[in-house]
Amino acid sequence: MPYRVHCMVCAGTGCVSNRSLDVREALEREIRKRGLQEEIQVVTTGCNGFCAVGPLMVVQPDGIFYQQLTPKDIPYLVEEHFIKGRPAQKLMYTPPEAPSPIPRMSDIPFFKHQRLIALRNRGLIDPEKIEDYIARDGYQALVKALTRMTPEQIIEEITRSGLRGRGGAGFPTGVKWRKVREASGEPKYIICNGDEGDPGAFMDRSIFESDPHSVIEGMLIGARAIGARHGVVYIRNEYPLALERIQIAIQQAREYGLLGENILDSGLDFDISVTRGAGAFVCGEETALIASVEGRLGDPRARPPYPSEYGLWGKPTCINNVETWANVPPIIMHGADWYSQIGTERSKGTKVFSLVGKVRNTGLVEVPMGITLRELIYDIGGGIPGDKKFKAVQTGGPSGGCIPAGMMDQPIEYVAPDGKREARDYLDLPIDYESLTDVGSMMGSGGLVVMDEDTCMVDVARYFLAFTQDESCGACTPCREGTKLMLDILNRIVEGHGTMDDLRALEEIGWVVKQTSLCGLGKTAPNPVLTTIKYFRDEYVAHIEAHKCPARVCRELNTYRIDPVICVERGHGCGVCRRECPEKAIFGEKNQPHRIDPALCKKCGVCVDVCHFNAVIVE
Amino acid sequence: MELATIEGIIRQHGAQKSGLIAMLQDIQHEYTYLPEDVLRHLSRTLNVPLSRAYSLATFYRAFSLKPKGRHPISVCLGTACHVKGAVKILEKFERELGIKTGQTTPDLNFGLEQVRCLGCCGLAPVVTVGQDLYGKVTVTKVDQIIKRYRKQETAHAKT
Ligand SMILES: Cc1cc2nc3c(=O)[nH]c(=O)nc-3n(C[C@H](O)[C@H](O)[C@H](O)COP(=O)(O)O)c2cc1C
Ligand code: SF4
Ligand code: SF4
Ligand code: FES
Ligand code: FES
Repeated sequence: MPYRVHCMVCAGTGCVSNRSLDVREALEREIRKRGLQEEIQVVTTGCNGFCAVGPLMVVQPDGIFYQQLTPKDIPYLVEEHFIKGRPAQKLMYTPPEAPSPIPRMSDIPFFKHQRLIALRNRGLIDPEKIEDYIARDGYQALVKALTRMTPEQIIEEITRSGLRGRGGAGFPTGVKWRKVREASGEPKYIICNGDEGDPGAFMDRSIFESDPHSVIEGMLIGARAIGARHGVVYIRNEYPLALERIQIAIQQAREYGLLGENILDSGLDFDISVTRGAGAFVCGEETALIASVEGRLGDPRARPPYPSEYGLWGKPTCINNVETWANVPPIIMHGADWYSQIGTERSKGTKVFSLVGKVRNTGLVEVPMGITLRELIYDIGGGIPGDKKFKAVQTGGPSGGCIPAGMMDQPIEYVAPDGKREARDYLDLPIDYESLTDVGSMMGSGGLVVMDEDTCMVDVARYFLAFTQDESCGACTPCREGTKLMLDILNRIVEGHGTMDDLRALEEIGWVVKQTSLCGLGKTAPNPVLTTIKYFRDEYVAHIEAHKCPARVCRELNTYRIDPVICVERGHGCGVCRRECPEKAIFGEKNQPHRIDPALCKKCGVCVDVCHFNAVIVE
Repeated sequence: MELATIEGIIRQHGAQKSGLIAMLQDIQHEYTYLPEDVLRHLSRTLNVPLSRAYSLATFYRAFSLKPKGRHPISVCLGTACHVKGAVKILEKFERELGIKTGQTTPDLNFGLEQVRCLGCCGLAPVVTVGQDLYGKVTVTKVDQIIKRYRKQETAHAKT
């Protein structure tokens, strides 16, 4: 008997860490207790993208959205929603400043503006059940590709769709597939790049966790198109749950005859193996990744030859990103025309962004290409928390750059899809591969870090450079030594020992590293530094000349003191800071104002974080 | 070194040189580090130079040549966590455990590492201890986290 109601409990990494599995258990128990087990089904799904309000659950078919659930809430929820038939308001989500809770998921601003293609099944299926995927038309695109299309037609369809690689560079997927198909050498391989190295992006993890079969189906269609018999899924070491889910999915696909020999009687033989990354960012680069799959050191090599001619084991290899593969089945299913009507002139379809940093609704969102930064940050993201001023947005991870809010009023020229030119604000900049490059940043994997007035741009630049310097494989001198020199300079600047000559040196070295490095890591590593110098020069100058960090982030340049009035009146001299100060630099008694001894203070900043009453002043 | 375990791991990856990284991962998982005698055994069995095994072991972050501690703590310093003050969380762990990042406590109970993005940026700052993940960690929560595992260890020691 079909169920009347489905409770979709989120079991992505974020919600599980907030004990969503306990919530599921409590729910199942309560449902049995009430004798509703014939009517209500409990399903565990992958990440819904809104982990910040987890654990969450969506009740279908009505799409009622519950958030921040605990096992204790469950008896009340079952009683109200399933017995009395009135959804439990107090467990729903209320956006900041909204007067009342919003019952339906589809009405919540965070979800309302999204358009799901790569993430089409998120939250709607149990990722560990192939039957769920199939029930939502899963593997129908494969059937179509195998029975009604020639490999040529598949490639043609993907090319016409305008799909471009989601792993960073935005290379046209159809063009890549054709190259591999036409390359000489057998056997051919395909690889799914799930190394996801950008330290603030998690779309690939989410796809593996919430809908692993979409990747497998995409790879199967790719295999048919280019004539490959073997595929490799390369998955980042830090993603145990994603690894488990893709392994389960591959096993199930084999049992269903969707992987193996003579798939669906079409004559296609194809199987997939999984390789775990071992914790090296540079292994996301395609040639390094291939070396790592072969059991070698993950050193990138010069291209050409490209993997499409000389890839895994020296054979033609088609390597695409996880999100790229997940887009393939819907394109084959609904056609290139359907897909290419979404997006901008040169960037088609949707893109998954991870919206993080100083924004109210952090999470994973899939939106049409061409959406504006304003829609992303304000409509979906809910704006900046706590009355702070929006300062910049960083895109493209360690290879990308910062787009300043200050340029909001400086319109830039935008060429509309129909060729018309118009002036637009930066915030109204339609995001696509080209527009981001034009403003000195890039799409990258889709990391979008929002920064407010409390974010120091010099610190951000230093952060990314420390990252790339640390992850540089060391094979080429400009990248290895250049990034180290730049980092030394930046460290000097944030400690207040920088000079204006340092600033010039940063730009010069940055330029050399960009021009002369071997792989994309080095070629792009200076970007965060160069864009912040370009747009936020005054912040650098403040660090150098005034020895001040305007955002009060660079700790060496700050001084800390306690406002005695706030400390006593609001905090009653609670003493938390005194206990937490590692230098024992804070003195005071309960109900008395506390005081920091500047001679002892090592400027660690802990007191600011632990004081619940904002009594610690940073200057 | 338990020969049967190692042999099992080697066989599972087809006793092929290309499976070397995967074997090292399993060994790392089994022992929390790559013991020298195991590396020697591996290099003899697969007929690869010991130096090759060592270069892999030092290139990839997942490997360690020293024991990692029963409760490996990883503090995320990814972008989202960084802008939310993760460095202070890491420093607090260093102080509480009396070790630096990359080290293991003398009793081998805790190891401390930094990682870059655990893929739950919505919960920044994020910390993992073994398989457990903690989101929205604050300096004051660090004590509670450590306490929980210390308790486990003392309970363990008693039985
Ligand atoms: C340093 C570096 C790191 C990279 N990391 C990744 C990554 O984590 N995931 C990814 O898909 N592509 C990454 N790439 C891009 C890949 O080299 C490759 O272009 C991509 O996987 C191709 O797939 P696509 O065409 O579907 O984007 C990286 C490139 C560089 C230079
Ligand atoms: S934590 Fe804040 S309120 Fe409490 S004693 Fe320190 S400064 Fe005063
Ligand atoms: S900044 Fe650090 S050392 Fe200085 S008073 Fe605050 S807690 Fe103590
Ligand atoms: S894990 Fe539940 S919303 Fe991300
Ligand atoms: S940055 Fe810490 S989880 Fe992503």
